[in-house]
Amino acid sequence: MKVTAMRLLNITKVGLMAIARNKMRSLLTMLGIIIGVACVITMVAVGTGASSSIQATINSLGSNFIMVFPGAAMSGGMRSFTGESKLTPEDALAIKAECPAVAYVSPGARTNAQIVAGEQNWGTQVWGVDVDWPFIRAWNVADGDFFTDVDVRSSAKVAVLGSTVAENLFPNGDAGGSTIRIKHVPFKVVGVLERKGGNMMGQDQDDQIIAPYTTVMKQLMGSPRINMVYVSARSADQVGQAQIEIEALLRQRHRLGPGQESDFNMRSQEEIASTSAQTSRTLSILLGSAAAISLLVGGIGIMNIMLVSVTERTREIGVRLAIGAKGRHVLLQFLLEAIALSVVGGGIGVALGLLIPHLVTRFAGMPTQVSTGSVLLAFGFAAAIGVFFGFYPARKASRLDPIDALRYE
Amino acid sequence: MSAPQNAAPVIEIRDLTKVYRMGDVEVHALKGVSLTVEQGDFVAIMGPSGSGKSTLMNIIGCLDRPTAGTYRLDGIDVSRLDRDDRAEIRNAKIGFVFQSFNLLARTRATENVELPLLYGNLGLTAPERAKRSRDALARVGLAGREDHYPSQLSGGQQQRVAIARALVTDPAILLADEPTGNLDSRTSEEVIGIFQELNDAGKTVVLITHEPDIAAHARRVVYVRDGLIWRDERIVQMRAKHPDAAAGEPVAFPFPIAAPEEVVR
Repeated sequence: MKVTAMRLLNITKVGLMAIARNKMRSLLTMLGIIIGVACVITMVAVGTGASSSIQATINSLGSNFIMVFPGAAMSGGMRSFTGESKLTPEDALAIKAECPAVAYVSPGARTNAQIVAGEQNWGTQVWGVDVDWPFIRAWNVADGDFFTDVDVRSSAKVAVLGSTVAENLFPNGDAGGSTIRIKHVPFKVVGVLERKGGNMMGQDQDDQIIAPYTTVMKQLMGSPRINMVYVSARSADQVGQAQIEIEALLRQRHRLGPGQESDFNMRSQEEIASTSAQTSRTLSILLGSAAAISLLVGGIGIMNIMLVSVTERTREIGVRLAIGAKGRHVLLQFLLEAIALSVVGGGIGVALGLLIPHLVTRFAGMPTQVSTGSVLLAFGFAAAIGVFFGFYPARKASRLDPIDALRYE
Repeated sequence: MSAPQNAAPVIEIRDLTKVYRMGDVEVHALKGVSLTVEQGDFVAIMGPSGSGKSTLMNIIGCLDRPTAGTYRLDGIDVSRLDRDDRAEIRNAKIGFVFQSFNLLARTRATENVELPLLYGNLGLTAPERAKRSRDALARVGLAGREDHYPSQLSGGQQQRVAIARALVTDPAILLADEPTGNLDSRTSEEVIGIFQELNDAGKTVVLITHEPDIAAHARRVVYVRDGLIWRDERIVQMRAKHPDAAAGEPVAFPFPIAAPEEVVR
């Protein structure tokens, strides 16, 4: 037993010596595996990073979140809305009053405006919403308070600033209690929202101002229509039920007959999440399989070089056989050489695969997340490729006749 | 497994035949060869190409099996062994020296010499192998060159590394196939001198050559022709006599090998 283990060690040594003797060629042979492994890990890391950041963003929308938009249902992912919005604040109030599965509702009325505060100037979006809005979006006020029901009913000129807006208008951080002018209308700042970061599209969610919808519509917009309705279902289980209730209610309110298309559409947080999860999964699979193909090509490269090596070293094999190597020793040697090439290549690939996502995050600003699974998978696959593509050349070498091999020129 | 040395001849070949089949044609390479080589002898096997000389060497070297007849090497019948068993016999009993040295390139002399030990059953540790390798290199006069690569060595030195590699397992026979074929005459003398020294120290040497002046360094010359042993002569050597070499009829060398056909006719 001891002798067998030692001989295995010896043959490993023989194989490693052969690799060391051909450093340049070994490196070139490994290149395919190196690139393949590094690609698989990087691609999976980019894919995972993208999907987890999308997931985080979607979760930041708020739980059980449903958005009601004006216009017909989407076709092929595009909202084909061109006409005027049919949604009104009254629709939102009706949803709140009449849909049992709904917990919170807020109209959303948007306008773009130039904001002035003292000598500072900032162009941003102003959203008119109701007091339920912070609960729907799961978004707290970091400094000060949200406006109240009384503010909404009295169309009070109060505003809550997104943190980006607050930073730009009030570099000294003294936003609370001050007055800003939105389209020349003075608003009192009652609070600043906590920071939320970018959304799925990469837009800064903190670059907006929130005010009572009544005030925004009266003072800033001049239209009785709203851009959307924010809804939050009572629980995750009731999201579907809430959508059915809203659909029925709005169709009734908009006097739509049985055959008519709805003039609004809805998207739940869940739908957004699953759509984008599917997109990023497709992307991951696509990138991963491109990388896997390069691994396979790397494997074929190893087989190619091993075959060349067997032919080139026929004399050497003859000598080894003559001095007492058995067929299986030669088989093992060449197999080990192939495995060593792919394992060393795989190791270098793993090192690069850990480094590259880091660089991608650092210099391209893309979120990446290296998964242990992809590292193990890529490395294991590389080693398996060594065995698979190394076997044929190794068997060819082991079956050589020593007399012919010694005579080979 | 191993019979006591001197009790039996190192090589004992009886009625050996080898038939190759090439398509429909049978080629009788050996037609019934009998040859006994005692421990400590130095035998040169000569013969023109196609004589069966190479076939005989391949069988003596356990690289090939005879069609019929028996071959006992160091007391073991090796004529019917399979591929793996022959590999083991080659490793333990035979030290090969080739015409073209056949050293591994980009591999140090000492690592080349160690190679047979890596395949053997001796169970040596790495330091033991290294020591054996150094000892073998010292025996062929290459002490101090252990870490040289073949490309840094002259032809004669490379062949001496090869001889050290053949010696390192302490085999029953050294089997050298045209060991001076790639060397100039001065280096040839040097290399053949090493074989003589090893033989003087008791090593059995079988040398295959077609050069009469190389064969002249042996104690005995066997001439193979048409698949048979045509002549088998002892040579009187001017150097120190080996006790076992007394057997046989000493003759003056060279006998007329330059044109053997003429002699027969």
